[in-house]
Amino acid sequence: MSGPAVAVETLAKTFTLHLQGGVRLPVLRDLSLDVFPGECVALVGPSGAGKSTLLRALYGTYLPQSGRVLVRHRGAMIDLASAGPRAILAIRRETLGYVSQFLRVIPRVPARAIVAEPLVHRGESEGAALRAADAMLGRLNLPERLWHLPPATFSGGEQQRVNLARGFIVPYPIMLIDEPTASLDPENADVALSLIQEARSRGAAIVGIFHDPIVRQRMATRDFALAPLAEPA
Amino acid sequence: MTDAPLLSVRGLSVHFGALAAVEGVALDLWPGEVVAVVGESGSGKTTLLRAIHGFVAPTSGSIRYRSDRLGDVDLIALEEPARRLLSRTEWGFVHQNPRDGLRLSHSAGANVGERLMAAGARHWGLIRAQALAWLERVEIDPSRIDDLPRTFSGGMQQRLQIARVLVTSPRLVLMDEPTGGLDVSVQARLLDLIKRLVAELGLSVVVVTHDLGVARLLAQRIIVMQRGRVVEAGLADQVLDDPQHPYSQLLVSSVLVT
Repeated sequence: MSGPAVAVETLAKTFTLHLQGGVRLPVLRDLSLDVFPGECVALVGPSGAGKSTLLRALYGTYLPQSGRVLVRHRGAMIDLASAGPRAILAIRRETLGYVSQFLRVIPRVPARAIVAEPLVHRGESEGAALRAADAMLGRLNLPERLWHLPPATFSGGEQQRVNLARGFIVPYPIMLIDEPTASLDPENADVALSLIQEARSRGAAIVGIFHDPIVRQRMATRDFALAPLAEPA
Repeated sequence: MTDAPLLSVRGLSVHFGALAAVEGVALDLWPGEVVAVVGESGSGKTTLLRAIHGFVAPTSGSIRYRSDRLGDVDLIALEEPARRLLSRTEWGFVHQNPRDGLRLSHSAGANVGERLMAAGARHWGLIRAQALAWLERVEIDPSRIDDLPRTFSGGMQQRLQIARVLVTSPRLVLMDEPTGGLDVSVQARLLDLIKRLVAELGLSVVVVTHDLGVARLLAQRIIVMQRGRVVEAGLADQVLDDPQHPYSQLLVSSVLVT
């Protein structure tokens, strides 16, 4: 396996706002990027440059206008732009992890079940998944009394740690990470950073957005610069 | 995981006189999958669901279903006795209004037990035991088993209807606005319950809803209908976060953000 885990080829993404008279907002144009196993690529650029747009296109949430978003899944390069919903869901289950900035809270579901869920979806037994979840929450210093509670009332930092635990509980070969340390205190930010480093050393390909320049320097093996598009495509 | 869909709808149209309530709809549902059909009132989404179940007769099109008992069948051409067999055993329909799916003059236990008996169960003790187990599963106090559903709150009635539908272990469940008309706090509890049961039982579900939050929480895929036609279909997060069609954009932008 010497090739890239992620290969973006001449990607273009334009948002067409039909409710605003069909205004077109080009965000990405002619973007190409390879990410190899063991790399952590930091997306850098000013607000509006398309960092989050690229991350969401890499997850299959945003539909490209043109170009390809190839990810290595079970040894083959699959184009997310044309794969279809069910193929993308299978790729997300096994290959592609996403740690978002905010936790989407499900009413009444306790933190440990939220963290365990990706393992259960992969066919892990519920007991084993919950044990792994507890270990991960413990590692992220979430107080044990919170594990059985739904995170709706947790603080921002506590929710972020639930989110990180859920994102890192599966050893995905490709991980997309949006501001992993944004609302964490220094001690927990260190835990988050070591999770990222461990994922890299087991060979994960990582693409992330890290606004904190110190975090970025410690994490990234390489920066990838994006700039706002000057004129409409 | 097999690669053949459990349900495959093609070119489905339902006309009421001059009105095309559903026009040329295609929909596939794979085992273990939840698909949400979203749209406003009058978009045809409920008519589509009712046509799949056989409550209304399609004008044209095909609805193929892979049955455990009968093999691969076209539901439109299916004889009525075979259709009734399927609807008693392999399918369930959850009505928006629980009073449409329950017998209000029968006890809670009888409502659950009746469907088991329709599917062939005869042993009273086993039927009652299963009814009790299902009441607990949908979080209704088992001591209420002999009470009439009309003494239940709206949320409890809806949970009872779900127990009644799921007691025969259907493979395909059609839900019409299952949380419509309930208070928000009751909705959250019901949604969480539905989500858990769907995962535990490996159900395949088509859920019709005007509530995009319900669609996001329950469904892996979303189909957007407007004036009887499918205008957009895709991954749930793609349709909700990057809607392509003007009508989908209107729906998404109309949600109040809390």
